[in-house]
Amino acid sequence: MAAVKKAPVDVVIVGFGWTGSLMAMELASSGLNIVALERGENRDTYPDFSYPRIADELTYGIRLKLFQNASKETVTVRHTTQETALPYRRFGSFLPGDGVGGAGTHWNGQLWRPLEADLKMRSTVIEKYGADFIPKDMTVQDYPFTYDEMEPYFDKFEKICGAAGQVGNLNGEKVEGGNPFESPRKNGYPTKPLETLYAGELFSKAAKQLGYHPFECPAANCTEAWTNPYNVQLGVCNYCGYCERFGCFNYSKGSPQSCVIPALKPFSNFELRTQAHVIRVNTDSSGKKATGVTYIDAQGNEVEQPADLVILSAFQLHNVRLLLLSKIGKPYDPQTGDGVVGRNYAYQMTGGIKLFYDNDNWFNPFAATGATSTVIDDFNAENFDHSKVGFVGGATISAAFSGGRPIQQMGIPKDAPRWGSGWKQAIKDNYLHNMNVGSSGSVMPYKQCYLDLDPTYRDIYGQPLLRMTFDWQQNELKMTNFIKDKAEEIVKVMNPKHYEVGFKTLNSHYDVRPYQSTHTTGGAVMGDDPRTSVVNKFLQSWDVPNVFVTGACCFPQNLAYNPTGIVCATALFAADAIRNRYLANPGPLVQA
Amino acid sequence: MSLKKPEEQPSGRRRFLQKSLSLIPLAAAASTGVVSLSSPAADKPQGVLSDYVPAYFNDKEWKFLLAALDRLIPADANGPGAVSEGVQVFIDKQMELPYGYGRLWYMQGPFADSIPEMGYQSHLVPRDTYRLGIALADQHCQQQYQKDFYQLETAQQEEVLHALEADKLRNDAIHGKQFFEQLLENAKEGYLADPIHGGNQTLASWKMIGFPGARADFVDTVQQPNKPYPLGPVSISSKRSV
Repeated sequence: MAAVKKAPVDVVIVGFGWTGSLMAMELASSGLNIVALERGENRDTYPDFSYPRIADELTYGIRLKLFQNASKETVTVRHTTQETALPYRRFGSFLPGDGVGGAGTHWNGQLWRPLEADLKMRSTVIEKYGADFIPKDMTVQDYPFTYDEMEPYFDKFEKICGAAGQVGNLNGEKVEGGNPFESPRKNGYPTKPLETLYAGELFSKAAKQLGYHPFECPAANCTEAWTNPYNVQLGVCNYCGYCERFGCFNYSKGSPQSCVIPALKPFSNFELRTQAHVIRVNTDSSGKKATGVTYIDAQGNEVEQPADLVILSAFQLHNVRLLLLSKIGKPYDPQTGDGVVGRNYAYQMTGGIKLFYDNDNWFNPFAATGATSTVIDDFNAENFDHSKVGFVGGATISAAFSGGRPIQQMGIPKDAPRWGSGWKQAIKDNYLHNMNVGSSGSVMPYKQCYLDLDPTYRDIYGQPLLRMTFDWQQNELKMTNFIKDKAEEIVKVMNPKHYEVGFKTLNSHYDVRPYQSTHTTGGAVMGDDPRTSVVNKFLQSWDVPNVFVTGACCFPQNLAYNPTGIVCATALFAADAIRNRYLANPGPLVQA
Repeated sequence: MSLKKPEEQPSGRRRFLQKSLSLIPLAAAASTGVVSLSSPAADKPQGVLSDYVPAYFNDKEWKFLLAALDRLIPADANGPGAVSEGVQVFIDKQMELPYGYGRLWYMQGPFADSIPEMGYQSHLVPRDTYRLGIALADQHCQQQYQKDFYQLETAQQEEVLHALEADKLRNDAIHGKQFFEQLLENAKEGYLADPIHGGNQTLASWKMIGFPGARADFVDTVQQPNKPYPLGPVSISSKRSV
């Protein structure tokens, strides 16, 4: 029984990152009463990200000031169902967000649209290579919408961010300098592409020599004067080197603070409550209708917030956990394959090669954005023939700098001393003179990789932690070994003094220690069939139709690309459906 | 321990160790005889306040820390090392922050041994790791040399650090490697972080590697690929390198 019961509202939004703020903005003009609940603290460009205090690697990059505090809540991890899961005690591999803006505050800003084949992965693979090509335990699915349906929402989100990029396919016409594999765009990017770094020049030259198609990574970094569709003016990026893990002091990296929140402030029908940690969604006696949510406020009180419509827009892992804690949707059972909540958990497969050059090659790693990256897409998804390679999926290969933070991003050769004068000499010799060729790869879903509630470990409120059962599978390990060879081929043409390969082998296991990416996906996937999805194409719960679930938890499997573009486009698509269809006639938008 | 007198022209590294020992609070020094090492004011390291009194570390631990940091990141031809840059101050301050108390990590039990891929599973927080780790090292040095770590010759200190790194020293409380990795990680953090945290007081590390610190505006730089960056580092509090 909640100690405090608030006056009912029309809409309650749980989590105030990218999708929560976009939902609030899109629904605000409807006149509905909207309350957003954010478990973390309030944060804005000024005063929270002000220069020069934000330029502090230790506080933000190492001690992770803007992220969730693991002492309050984390997940547990195991490789297989045969093992006892242990807590992810110190954050390394992925970094869940917390606070206003969420992960949208401290992301790198790589802003992709999926390929058409990404959205029809199952049917494309079957059509090209036959059903037997898909491993028996792989539960790859199609997304429930087409690229064309989503195109206006990709476009809108890029305009919200003042995104930087070079179009490669304008209405079906290939455009020189962009990504030739991208799906047709109706418009170019709002602002010009980011500058090509010196590392990108070397990579680009070598890639072209091998017949590949390099281009600049599309980025949520505004590079020219731009006022977005919410009438918010963005700053022009100055390549400060503090995107990843930091809030942008310059109003130029796309984030809820720089793009959305200023436009929300005038709406008196919108209220943001911070330090409000939602512990469950409440349902009526039928279990088919949500009646609101219960949260713990800053004073530790349990507060009930009644609402007609509940939008779960917390981080991927938290959305799945809230569904499980609230008993919305049937939990997935890996033994029988029944149930959906927690199913199709996936991650991302990365690899890299370090290139060391002589002292006359100056890379100036500190001069960068989170997304300054020259990329080839020739080995991503279905952009190449898989019939001989024996795996599903692929990866981008790129030369990227996301900043040159000396504690975390120092590259020195493996055989250099770890301490003493030899170490000093090594950091002196190498800091400005090395670069990286990296890959970011897709990860398919499997019967044995899923999320559920941990039987032992709890958060500070006494609720079970989410348990992750996940390991690398042969399909992805084969994929990354194929990509390694392609990357190494490019590196050889780049002719460094020395290079070191850091790709997973066929025997590698998932390791929570090194940072890989925060692109954890699945667990509440979108689809056309309630037996294999938690939400429909409008991100509406099949079981409780007045609950909508946004974010990467809805991905049926993971793309090679960073997720924010599709996360925000699908949220905008769902917001349109709520505003224009659901409000007039509350109920299921798709018949099961 | 017999150290050379200043007039004997000690090596650069030894000279820095002497300076660093001068940072030991007077109360600690008086009881151990190292008071004779205190340097005249003019010989003080540039970066660090000589009157810093550690909040967490006791006198014996502080001596270990100074000596170990001088081995891990020594002063040499490439410039100042950890001690004159104040890395010991950085580490002491960190011990009093939520980090030192392990309040940034999930530290609820039950604890269990695990494969390395599952990450940190120890119940020790950084404060414990230092306290137990320094005791382990000094206990070994007493057994082996009948001296504490800070009293050993440079080569002996390096030997002990290598033994910790290789996890050859252990007792019931702690494994040497766990302590060594904690110490090395914090040493590098303090040496390379902004001076507001207590280390890198003269920006020597940033100057040495060519990192411009908190300048945070590089439009000109990205437009001139493969050119050295012309300006020296600045810190958040507007310090410039000396």
